Amino acid sequence: MSTMNVETPAAIPGTSNLMKLSLAALLVLALVAPFGLYPIFLMKALCFALFAAAFNLLLGYGGLLSFGHAAFFGWAAYITAHVVKVWGWPPEVGLAAGTAVAAVMGVVIGWLAIRRQGIYFAMVTLALAQMVYFVALEVKFTHGEDGIQAVPRGKFLGFLDLADTNTMYYFVLAICGLAFWLIYRTIHSPFGQVLKAIRENEPRAISLGYRVEHYKLLAFTLSAALAGLAGSLKALVFQLASLTDVDWRMSGQVVLMTLVGGVGTVFGPVVGAFILVTMENYLAQFGSWVTVIQGFIFVVCVLTFRKGIVGEIAELIRRARGEKSSGGGGGGH
Amino acid sequence: MYVIPLLGIPPQVLFGQLLLGLINGAFYAMLSLGLAVIFGLLNIINFAHGALYMMGAFGAWLMLEYLGIGYWPALILSPIAVGAFGVLLEKAFLHRIYKLDHLYGLLLTFGLALIIEGLFRNYYGVSGQAYDAVPDMLKGGYNLGFMFLPVYRGWVVVASLIICFGTWFAIERTKLGSYLRAATENPKLVQAFGINVPRMITLTYGFGVALAAMAGVLAAPIYHVSPLMGSDIIIVVFAVVVIGGMGSIVGAVVSGFGLGLIEGMTKVFYPEASNTVIFVVMAIVLLVKPAGLFGKSA
Repeated sequence: MSTMNVETPAAIPGTSNLMKLSLAALLVLALVAPFGLYPIFLMKALCFALFAAAFNLLLGYGGLLSFGHAAFFGWAAYITAHVVKVWGWPPEVGLAAGTAVAAVMGVVIGWLAIRRQGIYFAMVTLALAQMVYFVALEVKFTHGEDGIQAVPRGKFLGFLDLADTNTMYYFVLAICGLAFWLIYRTIHSPFGQVLKAIRENEPRAISLGYRVEHYKLLAFTLSAALAGLAGSLKALVFQLASLTDVDWRMSGQVVLMTLVGGVGTVFGPVVGAFILVTMENYLAQFGSWVTVIQGFIFVVCVLTFRKGIVGEIAELIRRARGEKSSGGGGGGH
Repeated sequence: MYVIPLLGIPPQVLFGQLLLGLINGAFYAMLSLGLAVIFGLLNIINFAHGALYMMGAFGAWLMLEYLGIGYWPALILSPIAVGAFGVLLEKAFLHRIYKLDHLYGLLLTFGLALIIEGLFRNYYGVSGQAYDAVPDMLKGGYNLGFMFLPVYRGWVVVASLIICFGTWFAIERTKLGSYLRAATENPKLVQAFGINVPRMITLTYGFGVALAAMAGVLAAPIYHVSPLMGSDIIIVVFAVVVIGGMGSIVGAVVSGFGLGLIEGMTKVFYPEASNTVIFVVMAIVLLVKPAGLFGKSA
């Protein structure tokens, strides 16, 4: 079975203190950030961080490379935008509807894709996501090239006015925080352990009596639902759902974010998302050079930097403590 | 002339679409063939295949635009140039990752595809260029009674069949091909017999890439030569590969043409689904025969 190199932070002694410390620091940073930085930028980064973390749940802990996660992200955005704008329902219903549709899509696509492994799995998810893209292009309610524009943010639970940018920021932060907590709990639950066992040695997991298809499908569905939640939030933040969100390039971007930050690390996807969103902001004026640079980063990451930023830092800390290297980098088979 | 009523569809339309399907199928077949050859030896799914197909088409266009080189020389020169570029890519990047998980090969070639596509978009935009250098003998068409056959389109189908047969022959019936098949099975053993396997791998990649580029040149007069033409087709070709399985050359060719035809039929009877039908077939195949129609079980 294929194995991307991964960290298991829980296995490093003394990490939990470091983890708590960095969590606390992150939380403080997140709370004061809108006073120093542009809130829309922060919200975009948070949405992508959640998207990447959802993707990483599947790749980093299940060993399954999905090249079609834009399908869930983009369709959830469309559903949320439609429910909120055309049906006039409140944002919490919109988010729930988007996430639910993404979860259902996850069940169907996952059910088909887990029949194959490794690169075939990647190709199947890419192809199915492309099919879903063409559906989005054909159906009327997505408004083709225009997308669904001017989506109202509405009032959360009837009283919290999300049209206010700062309120919206803390709303997004709270939802993402909850979702990150859910992902963290999943990774460190018995379910997460079995998932890792399947990633490391699938035949052994089967011989131990685990129904690996069930675990893979559940992980895929959870990952799809959370990717959907990220897309739904994005639709509210930018008040827009468009074809860009379901495009295969979006699937590529989330792979890149996770790869840059560190596959199979808890914080990696968040770091990667912030770096790539920042980069995109500064490079927007250079047009398609962004694509070239992203391709370049892909190549560099694969050739020399497979653990990603967080993975490399974890490795440095481990070495500084004089422990054995995890040996992931060159070892995958 | 009598008209056979076929569900109310005039035969001109039906056969016209079938021909279009056959042509698309020819490109699917050539591209999935190259993917299969590369995968067999390198264990890499070449995501850059679409970008290299695009480079082949652009090669022909650039040769005409700046050097005045016509269609026939370009049909040979462009694949050679792009194939040489492929050899460089293999030497510079791909050979570093053979020992890693196969997924890294997909990611690396995805990055290369982004770079190539992005560079061409920078210089040539997304709208595409027309390539009209079709030689006189391939111009015009024949009225076959039940349909009109443009000569160039017929030529593309014939040429792709020749290319596919030639590749099959080279791999299955020649000595070099037997080395290649042996190296696919067991590279270490073949190396021990004194055959330079790393060089063979490099050349195989170059050959697969040249196949893609030749498909690109053939496509240039039919479609607009656009930087996006590669990414439009590569995902469909992936679906074709999943359907056919990458085990056999014949499988890649048959499923390429077959799916092109199915796509053409869908355009006649239910045009809304013509973009998605191949993916639907893929889903059905995954349900019925997960290893693919011609695949050995993974």
